[in-house]
Amino acid sequence: MTFEYAPAPESRAIVSIKPKYGHFIDGKFVNGRNHFATINPATEEVLSQIALGSASDVDKAVIAAQKAYTKTWSKLSGKERGKYLYRIARILQERAREFAVLETLDNGKPIRETRDIDIPLVAAHFFYHAGWADKLDYAGMGKSPKPHGVAGQIIPWNFPLLMLAWKVAPALATGNTVVLKPAETTSLTALLFAEVCQQAELPDGVVNIVTGDGSTGSAIVNHAGIHKIAFTGSTEVGKKIARAIAGTNKKATLELGGKGANIVFDDAPIDETVEGIVNGIFFNQGHVCCAGSRLILQEGIADEITEKLKARMSKIRVGDPLDKNTDLGAINSREQLAKIHELSAAGDAEGAERWSPSCNLSDKGYWFAPTIFTGVTQAHRIAREEIFGPVLSILTFRTPQEAIEKANNTPFGLSAGVWSEKGSRILWATQQLRAGVIWANTFNKFDPTSPFGGYKESGWGREGGKHGLASYLKEGK
Amino acid sequence: MSRLEVKKTYKLYINGAFPRSESGRIYEVTDAKGNFIANPALASRKDLRDAVVAARAAQIGWAKATAYNRGQILYRIAEMLEGRADQIANEISATSGVTPKKAHEQLISAIDRWVWYAGWSDKLAAAFGSTNPVAGPYYNFTIPEAQGVIAVAPKDEFLAFIDSIAPVITSGNSVIALVPGASAVPAMTFAEVLATSDLPHGVINILTGSHDELAPWAASHMDIDGMDISGIDKKKRAALKEAGAENLKRIHNFDDAQSPNRIYAFMEAKTVWHPIGV
Amino acid sequence: MSFYGIVDGSEGSLKNFLSQLPGVDQVGAEARAAMLATRSIKTTSKRWAIDTAISMVDLTTLEGADTTGKVRALCTKAVRPDPTDLTIPSVGAVCVYNDMVLIARTHLDSIGGKHVPVAAVSTAFPSGRASMEVKIQDTQDAIDAGAAEIDMVIDRGAFLSGKFGLVFDEIVKIREVCGDRAHLKVIFETGELVTYDNVRKASYLAMLAGADFIKTSTGKVAPAATPPVVLVMLEAVRDFYAMTNRRIGVKPAGGIRNTKDAIKQLVLVNETAGPEWLTPEFFRIGASALLNDLLMQRMKMDDGYYASPNYVTID
Repeated sequence: MTFEYAPAPESRAIVSIKPKYGHFIDGKFVNGRNHFATINPATEEVLSQIALGSASDVDKAVIAAQKAYTKTWSKLSGKERGKYLYRIARILQERAREFAVLETLDNGKPIRETRDIDIPLVAAHFFYHAGWADKLDYAGMGKSPKPHGVAGQIIPWNFPLLMLAWKVAPALATGNTVVLKPAETTSLTALLFAEVCQQAELPDGVVNIVTGDGSTGSAIVNHAGIHKIAFTGSTEVGKKIARAIAGTNKKATLELGGKGANIVFDDAPIDETVEGIVNGIFFNQGHVCCAGSRLILQEGIADEITEKLKARMSKIRVGDPLDKNTDLGAINSREQLAKIHELSAAGDAEGAERWSPSCNLSDKGYWFAPTIFTGVTQAHRIAREEIFGPVLSILTFRTPQEAIEKANNTPFGLSAGVWSEKGSRILWATQQLRAGVIWANTFNKFDPTSPFGGYKESGWGREGGKHGLASYLKEGK
Repeated sequence: MSRLEVKKTYKLYINGAFPRSESGRIYEVTDAKGNFIANPALASRKDLRDAVVAARAAQIGWAKATAYNRGQILYRIAEMLEGRADQIANEISATSGVTPKKAHEQLISAIDRWVWYAGWSDKLAAAFGSTNPVAGPYYNFTIPEAQGVIAVAPKDEFLAFIDSIAPVITSGNSVIALVPGASAVPAMTFAEVLATSDLPHGVINILTGSHDELAPWAASHMDIDGMDISGIDKKKRAALKEAGAENLKRIHNFDDAQSPNRIYAFMEAKTVWHPIGV
Repeated sequence: MSFYGIVDGSEGSLKNFLSQLPGVDQVGAEARAAMLATRSIKTTSKRWAIDTAISMVDLTTLEGADTTGKVRALCTKAVRPDPTDLTIPSVGAVCVYNDMVLIARTHLDSIGGKHVPVAAVSTAFPSGRASMEVKIQDTQDAIDAGAAEIDMVIDRGAFLSGKFGLVFDEIVKIREVCGDRAHLKVIFETGELVTYDNVRKASYLAMLAGADFIKTSTGKVAPAATPPVVLVMLEAVRDFYAMTNRRIGVKPAGGIRNTKDAIKQLVLVNETAGPEWLTPEFFRIGASALLNDLLMQRMKMDDGYYASPNYVTID
């Protein structure tokens, strides 16, 4: 007799999705002209029609944001701005389940993650930044630092509402107003957030949301009325943005790609390390810029760790994202699935050995089994390029120096992990690693107080903590 | 019978040595009346490549030195500069046309800058780092670290040159200074100060010559992490930033001559998490 | 002497072996246990889990106030947890003090409960503070009175002062007394060992010395069978099986009072050691109040109403 877990789906009755959405500009929902479908990637069911923002929609949003900046938001005291953010945080907590279900439907990530990680962190980000609003003199930016004005924010599909929170909360706390574009495949929670802004009675135009695709994002980047760009997405697009604003005075923070190394020394706490490896690469289907996608094992324990990892991977529950027991949900889009297939095929072709546990993957929707490649070297594409899926490349090392060299041998520098029970070795490794976030004996942990961002081609600037505020402020005198 | 003066041959300063430009080119620096002063080397893009290799190799060790040690080495530069004060002040005056008094003031400021930045090296972590009270059983801290290899393009003025290099190396970066025009003369005398200081070879590299020629190559060089373009004409900055986008170079220009921001702009914040348990 | 070809029983060999076990990261272990606690077990799987949990309960009374009457009542409940529903399985064992073993065995046999074993706590339970002679005699008495399972305690003082050989020898000696007549469960009192590293070391020490089961606690010290402690012990039996091909059982005891807690334990077993351990042969839950909550939850599943304690027997 085996212990089968009966389906335990979270009810979707809590959300009501409209058949069609417009943009949120100047405190009101306005109709769009052209629309595209947003689907549930687990079933390919069409959830709604999303407006494709044009340059003129972006222009209206920027004008609304400028007006709100000069007429209301910049005139409010920090204390009052903070109170709006606290309100938003509380409403998000009240409506947490609704947001979690909607996020899971639109993104494909498991309800366990949206319920226990994404949405609680969203509320925490607003709560944290609310407190900063009247304490900016203590942010290390001089006396009375000033906001830039209108922030243009472009966010990805992997943590839709969480990335919105990372962008909107510090922007508002520091006194900027916002024009935000959610990712093409995941607009729904941003549009529900627009309702929260209304519910919180946030002044019109402080937050504007224009949905759309890359052309909409480009219109935001190039709009002359935008003073600051905040972008999270691919390094390729990040470089385009850097070029586009080269001749302007626009400030920018860029949170881009990564190829995080997860280094395991032979004195690591093995069971927790295996959990950390799983969390590092299979959390959120591996759709994580800071994923620990390169596992670098000390040779003496490589076989043991790999065997334990395989056993653990066999327990990963892949399936209906709304099921409370699902660990690995759907791949967000057909395009992303194709990219994962392509890079995995490159791994096969280059001679790495592929392994996945047996999984019953649904015919409908976009799915990819948790996968590891062993026998990978630095020269393999799967060790260099960001796969952004549940695919782990396993390499080995002999000496600590070699581990660090391999870890740093990449143009990226976002995250890294290191596992050892020896304190001095942990500190040595964290010092050597060229990455903006280093998880030692843990992985993929996030907190609003903790700055996040990359070295090298993983981006510019930080988000979160005192360091994250700086990019939304001009230094006071 | 008067003695014939022994004139100096001006070269570049790369990896602690004084090579000629591989291009063999020079340019002429004269005083305000057009009298010949010197022929500094006109650095080429090949010289730039050599300087990047030297700077990259030197940076790791420099960043590893303790902050206290870096501070002492910077202070030592101030001490050594004091000893060459008259010579460099004369060169400033002769090459830039400012009065000897102004030139001397500039030199004094340059010395004081080194003293000021020397004191910063072991305060950066306190000023720009933090411990972060995350909501969980983790110790979490953020420390600033040097970015790596930084190119600087100061305007044609000795003090601006010092203002561009001192903050960059304070944190543990290595630097390639693209020194234009007549300020090459005091800059290369300063290189002699460096050569006899305790600064490891390759941490400061000085290429004299033309911004127009060298800055675009520096901006597009994939092994340069950041660039200070304060001395570049405003109209020419956009093209450099565009070129720098290829490796997302951190490119800045500064209004303040002396500021901790000039240090921090070329640092990265590293955040470390570790569980707290028994 | 050789134990599984791994240690020779000497202090040195034990220290050597135990010191090379990987450490347990407290935060990571607790996070894993907490994540598994979010598993949502509903409908058919919940029904299966309740019956499985009932069959794994070591129904326990360990009080100074225990009497013949109390122990007989316990035995009656152990055989037929709900007299109105005979589809409910008997529990895994009844667990009593040494002097109650004969009473329990006799009563079980007389009411059709021959299949329900009696477990006796022994070796100067719960403190373990007695001479070895006394501990051996204690164990011998219980077996002679009909105990098929011996729940011994380790000397925590010796363990905490690093005298692994002493702890090991005691387990080996009690193992010898048990022989073929009784299963040996070794109780660590994890609340006194405090760290997960110690729990892991104690697990291997006991398994190498011949334990059939490793057990968290006496029920007299809190915290007892917390999910992360059980997680670490389940990892130990899983890895020990891989090393030796011998499957050791796990018994959490203390603090598991309701169905939700019990199901969390079964999830831990399922996803850590594996489904092979999901049988009373390899997993037991030491409890008293738990059984009634399992019965009430079962009633709820049958008739759809929330149950009342009035409908389950208090002993």
